[in-house]
Amino acid sequence: MGAPRDLTAGRAARWSAVNALVLLYALVPVAWIAALSFKEPGSVADGSFLPASWTLSNYRGIFDNDDFTRGLVNSIGIGLISTAVAIAVGTMAAYAVARLSFPGRSLVLGLSLLIAMFPQISLVTPLFEIERALGLFDTWPGLILPYITFALPLTIYTLSTFFREIPWDLEKAAKMDGATPFQAFRLVIAPLAAPGVVTTAILAFIVCWNDFLFSISLTSSSRARTAPATISFFTGSSQFEDPTGSIAAAAIVVTVPIVVFVLFFQRRIVAGLTSGAVKG
Amino acid sequence: MAEIVLDGVTKRYPDGTAAVQDLDLEIADREFIILVGPSGCGKSTTLNMIAGLEDISDGELRIDGERMNDRAPRERDIAMVFQSYALYPHMTVRENIGFPLRLAGVDRAEARARVEEAARILGIEPFLEQRPSHLSGGQRQRVAMGRAIVRSPKAFLMDEPLSNLDAKLRVQMRTMISRLQHQLGTTTVYVTHDQTEAMTLGDRIVLMRRGVVQQVGPPEQLYEHPRNLFVAGFIGSPSMNFLPGDVTGDGIRTVLGTIPLADRARRALEEQSAPAEVIVGIRPEAFADAALARRGDRADRDDRDDRAGTFTGKVAILESLGAEKLAYIDLEAEHAVHSEHLADANQGAEANGRHVQLVARLDPKSDAREGRPVRLEYDPEAIDVFEPTTGLNLTRAV
Amino acid sequence: MTAEGGLTRAGEAEAAYGANRLGGNRLDESRPDGSRADGSRPGEGRRSESRLSENRRSERRLGWALCAPAALIMLAVAGWPVVYSVLLSLQRYDLRFPGRKAWIGFANYATVLRSGFWWDAVEVTAVVTVVSVAVELVLGMAVALVMHRTLVGRGLVRTVVLIPYGIVTVAAAYGWKYAWTPGVGWLARLLPDGQAPLTEHWPAIGIILVAEVWKTTPFMALLLMAGLALVPDDVLKAASMDGATAWQRFTLVTLPLMRPAILAALLFRTLDAFRIFDDIYVLTAGAQNTSSVSVIAYHNLIGGLNLGIGSTMSVLIFAAVAVIAFVFVRVLGTSTPGQDG
Repeated sequence: MGAPRDLTAGRAARWSAVNALVLLYALVPVAWIAALSFKEPGSVADGSFLPASWTLSNYRGIFDNDDFTRGLVNSIGIGLISTAVAIAVGTMAAYAVARLSFPGRSLVLGLSLLIAMFPQISLVTPLFEIERALGLFDTWPGLILPYITFALPLTIYTLSTFFREIPWDLEKAAKMDGATPFQAFRLVIAPLAAPGVVTTAILAFIVCWNDFLFSISLTSSSRARTAPATISFFTGSSQFEDPTGSIAAAAIVVTVPIVVFVLFFQRRIVAGLTSGAVKG
Repeated sequence: MAEIVLDGVTKRYPDGTAAVQDLDLEIADREFIILVGPSGCGKSTTLNMIAGLEDISDGELRIDGERMNDRAPRERDIAMVFQSYALYPHMTVRENIGFPLRLAGVDRAEARARVEEAARILGIEPFLEQRPSHLSGGQRQRVAMGRAIVRSPKAFLMDEPLSNLDAKLRVQMRTMISRLQHQLGTTTVYVTHDQTEAMTLGDRIVLMRRGVVQQVGPPEQLYEHPRNLFVAGFIGSPSMNFLPGDVTGDGIRTVLGTIPLADRARRALEEQSAPAEVIVGIRPEAFADAALARRGDRADRDDRDDRAGTFTGKVAILESLGAEKLAYIDLEAEHAVHSEHLADANQGAEANGRHVQLVARLDPKSDAREGRPVRLEYDPEAIDVFEPTTGLNLTRAV
Repeated sequence: MTAEGGLTRAGEAEAAYGANRLGGNRLDESRPDGSRADGSRPGEGRRSESRLSENRRSERRLGWALCAPAALIMLAVAGWPVVYSVLLSLQRYDLRFPGRKAWIGFANYATVLRSGFWWDAVEVTAVVTVVSVAVELVLGMAVALVMHRTLVGRGLVRTVVLIPYGIVTVAAAYGWKYAWTPGVGWLARLLPDGQAPLTEHWPAIGIILVAEVWKTTPFMALLLMAGLALVPDDVLKAASMDGATAWQRFTLVTLPLMRPAILAALLFRTLDAFRIFDDIYVLTAGAQNTSSVSVIAYHNLIGGLNLGIGSTMSVLIFAAVAVIAFVFVRVLGTSTPGQDG
């Protein structure tokens, strides 16, 4: 291990085998859903891993389904708005928490930590009642609000770690060079934190996109219901048709954008996910 | 161009510890002043208070007669060079140097000219369009200097600006900073923990310890007339030798034999009712190889014989540095010198047990050998006598 | 009264996470200490004290201004509902019988705590939490070691491992559901005929565990890998020079040094596993006594429309989470993010 990193054929083979195991672990369940989504409706129940004959009919079916397309639109819209607000509000708070000293700083951190570990179900009950009273039930804002709230702690923690990594001296230097605190933030700190902001935005979006509980609890129609919740309401195009193929196709559709995101920003996401967690 | 006055400046942290205590200092216009001391002595805190990066708990800071305590850094018109250089990684060298001008709203054409002028002075014109990450340590250091000089501030503050450079580059940059300061004539406050930098750069040195100023003066003064054990131990390389001594009628009894007291020293000791036990300090430079001295001028030697002290010791280690030789001589004493003043100055390195090691700086022609005895002579006039508890210099009270 | 109770609890919880010690790295939060320690020139000291805090005061104002929106949102969307759910839990409030709404003190708590369904759900939740986190720790550590040490294809492994993390939980859960559905699934086909694992209690819980572990192990592995990166290579080299075997290096050097990272990962994952909902909702919908506390609370609320009982369960779940967090932070000494060392 600590030894020189020369690669004998034996070691390479052993590592390749171990890697293959890890890859199988990650890929097989996904491949299964994908395979299922390409099966003919008639052969869904044949129990084989790969389709006997490949078809896109399941995909055609779900994109003809107005509820599902509406769900996708809701997911994208609600996710983007929630992320944007969480990032805007969270960046400010994260900067303050990381860089300024003021009474109440630990309160903000404590509050976000509290919410980060909060069981969503504990919020669902009161929000159900409150949103019905305020007319927010089954609307976009009705989901955007809880999404922002649950994305905020993540944003504040991840971004404050990024901010802390920016050397203090840069800010001091900016002050000495004649910058106001806000100029120091805008001209020096913010540009350097930009990669962190992108990473955090992706993580926040994943949190919103992945939600299921709020979406099935705080909506009652396709008006605001997001894609994951829509899938759970699939019944098949006719009463007698099994929805398995459609659900599999829909599962792949909601999964693909996130997986592409994740694979594309792999390095940053790893950095972001682990940043807050391993301090101390 | 400015005069900076610190009047009873104190920095206290909420837990009650004082980082800087009641610091009085007047820095003249155009002066190059060095704040030096071991780590944790409060020198950087002092610099940060002048900069406005840290609040002043008590006392007053005036620049050109104006109270600065409540002014933000940007309102003080002072430039600072950081140990880490603190270059903005997302800006080119040109943008880095031009940043203060941009913030000050200086007109573009003029800013451009001034940036180029600064770059010319510092010899970094070829790198103007590059990012700091592509530069070497020395080049980054010069960019940091460029950012400081470009707006002709009232004063420069430098926080250990050379400590991230390798030894050779450090000497080069030292000369450059010195030349630049003379050329521009800008008041400069320079923080370092390196006494060599302090001795070579400054008009005056402020030596601090645990938040308290120990001595202020030109380098030679601190070297020749250290006010206490700490100053004596901190300034000079290799450090002054310290030996335990007992005051007797004939002089001071030490492991070197009894050192006769010069009249001045005797008077000083009597006046100040010195204790029976003292600490004797002799600089390595005060020793000479007796064999070489004898070979020298006869007449001179007769004269010298009267007052020179001599002793013989075995050379444990000999370091030949070319221009000089350092002889380390082990002596057995009844007890070694233990003093927190010295421990502070040497940051922990201290003699142990009864073992005393003496360093003598000898002429390269000396034929002292490791493991062989050598006969050394020293000038009794050159010794300093310290009070062991307070650490005060009894002979050279300044 | 109740609002105060809610606030006090939040305050205690904050103390429990050690967040109140977060401010330690920045100085000068409390100016008065400075002036009290002043002995020499008290009058002048105090005067300059009040004037000089101008700098500090503007920093405070900026801090508050920047935090205010986030704090307000969190308080409004999470703080107030929590208080509100405590209020609801003290009432008889069933949307099907709105006329019977009344304050009934702790009667809802008695109902829930005397219910066998609730305790079954607690048991399921506890089993799922403990087993899944334990398995994830071992599996995650193995994956972390592979990602950290592999000599070939490191980038590929690190990338592909993120796929389960990226998948929407509900989508993955459907994959597992169909895999184990007789006649449809490739895994069900491996079982003897007539077996329908999702329709039996323990097999169903086993599948829930598989789904949960599969999805969240990568996250655990990433946290642990970051912990591995904190173990200096030189220390491991020194250990092997001292004669430690690979296993000894792992148990005697790597693991102790990773303790903070491991505890933090466990805390995160335990709290996350405790609120398990999506997987169970899709796989069994709580049939065969496989409801977790979140699922049973959901059914009481959306299915039963019983806000009183649903809220009571919410409050109990929240309390359980607070206890778990308290144990981790106070008893095990987990450091929470944001505590800079």
